Amino acid sequence: MKFVALKRSVLYVFAVGYAVIALFPMLLMVVSSFRPNVEILTKPLSLPTKWSIASFETLFVQLNYASYIKNSVVVSAVTLVLLLLFSIMASYYIARFPFKWNGPLFFYFLIGMMLPLKLGLVPLFMLIKQLNLMNTLWSIILIQIGAGIPMTLLILTGFFRTLPKELEEAARIDGAGDMGMLLRVLAPLMKPAIGTVTIINFIAVWNDFFFPMIFIRDEAKKTIPVGMLKLFSEFTTDWSVLFAGLTMSSLPILIIFFFASRQFMDGITSGAVK
Amino acid sequence: MEQAQHARLKRRKKPLRSQFIHLFPVPAVAVYTLFVVYPIFAAFTYSLFDWNGLVMGKFNNFANFRRLFTQEPFNHTFWNALQHNVFYFITEMIVQNVIAFVLAYIIFRKVKGAQFFKIAYFLPRLLSIIIVGFMWKLILNPNMGVLNIFLKKVGLSSWAHAWLGDPNTALPAVVLVNCWFAIGFFMLILLAGLQAISSEVLEAAKLDGAKGLRLLVSVILPMMFQPLVIVIVMTFIQAFEAFELVFAMQGSQGEPYFSTDLLAVFFYRTAFGGGSGESGSLGIGSAVAVVMFAIIAAISAVFMTYVNRKQAE
Repeated sequence: MKFVALKRSVLYVFAVGYAVIALFPMLLMVVSSFRPNVEILTKPLSLPTKWSIASFETLFVQLNYASYIKNSVVVSAVTLVLLLLFSIMASYYIARFPFKWNGPLFFYFLIGMMLPLKLGLVPLFMLIKQLNLMNTLWSIILIQIGAGIPMTLLILTGFFRTLPKELEEAARIDGAGDMGMLLRVLAPLMKPAIGTVTIINFIAVWNDFFFPMIFIRDEAKKTIPVGMLKLFSEFTTDWSVLFAGLTMSSLPILIIFFFASRQFMDGITSGAVK
Repeated sequence: MEQAQHARLKRRKKPLRSQFIHLFPVPAVAVYTLFVVYPIFAAFTYSLFDWNGLVMGKFNNFANFRRLFTQEPFNHTFWNALQHNVFYFITEMIVQNVIAFVLAYIIFRKVKGAQFFKIAYFLPRLLSIIIVGFMWKLILNPNMGVLNIFLKKVGLSSWAHAWLGDPNTALPAVVLVNCWFAIGFFMLILLAGLQAISSEVLEAAKLDGAKGLRLLVSVILPMMFQPLVIVIVMTFIQAFEAFELVFAMQGSQGEPYFSTDLLAVFFYRTAFGGGSGESGSLGIGSAVAVVMFAIIAAISAVFMTYVNRKQAE
């Protein structure tokens, strides 16, 4: 009995130990953003003596932080809506109609899962230039839709295949057309699958740095992760502002996570494992 | 024949399906083809031409690849970066996946507060990888960073170190930060695998007297074959396309002295500038991309055929 208790406590030491490693840097980031710079440099390990939001003021007054946030919101929202619409339509077609080219079409969509789009950057750069999309939010939106399609389609197609066919047959008899069927009959049933793909893509789009770095040079069009680059080149000595920027950029996604942590975690694994 | 006729009759009874349905996959196909498939495949073409970024020059018959493999400084940088990617992959395989497995196993054994631990381990994965890089750059700062200050406080001042400034520790530091970022995600995949093992199998094994390490090695691990392969492939792809962390923590040259240079960083620098006499060649940049594609596609294909064969057995 003693031995079992000992083994249990070893498990807990590991569990708690790694929780500290995972959480401490994030806690440090948040706490440091609320303290004046002097204090970070003199006693970084103690709790702040005075909580101040001065560094957040700097972010919004001296930097375009509000505009970074606005751009990130616009890019994420437009990308998610279009990506979902396109993927639902395509996966419905693939999963529900017995055309002979559906198999190859499905396979075609899966190619993009294995090869990182990052490496197609040079042709992508020339393409965006030719389409006159340089320095526009549309450049990132279109790329993110394309990049998100394979995984989204895979999950949605799998889900469509689990839905009973009888339901559609009943709706057909009631005279539903293709679009009406999709929107009024199937979409409400798809809430869990839609939740999953929304979360997976939201994390990817909100956090993306690589493509905005290449395609957005105009200060007014930058999203949060690229905006951070400027922060790190201009405020090299003001750590308080740097930490505030890091905190501010992570906050939205952390807040959403606290409301739907289970869905987040289920979503991200079902995306990976299927 | 009769069957076909029957099918036709049956179809006629239903309301006619409009040809409109064929438009459904069109938007997805269009965006995906233009912004994903085309760039990936065009990279192959681009790598065969001589170019400066403005106009596509003439076909140069694999000269970009010859230069990449034989001409200074490209060949040297390429091998240097490739070695770093291999190191990145192996270290992640060991550190990230072993820790992820241990944590998944602990949660699988039903510790109290499992939900809290799952959330805690997963949280880092929610941050943007570039934010993670910047954050750790501040923590690892030699003078003002928390890590060194902590080491001095607890009497280990001889351990304090310019982690990111020393060529010997810079790359391991970056890889460990990536492990910190990704462990929670891999833990969830492995946990899903563990939970998929039927409890009957585990009970039977226990009745046969398997427990502890023996249970793990001879019963659980073999049943985890598929999730483990998924984890390996994902670790591999992650290691070979790694870019953001090095860019945030060590810049586009892979400082110090190219000791943290990775293939994707080399690719970015060659194609889009960044000094050092390598930049401005889109042709050579594309050649690097093609070599990376080839490596990733080959390794993934090997793993996937292996999985399929194993599944068919």
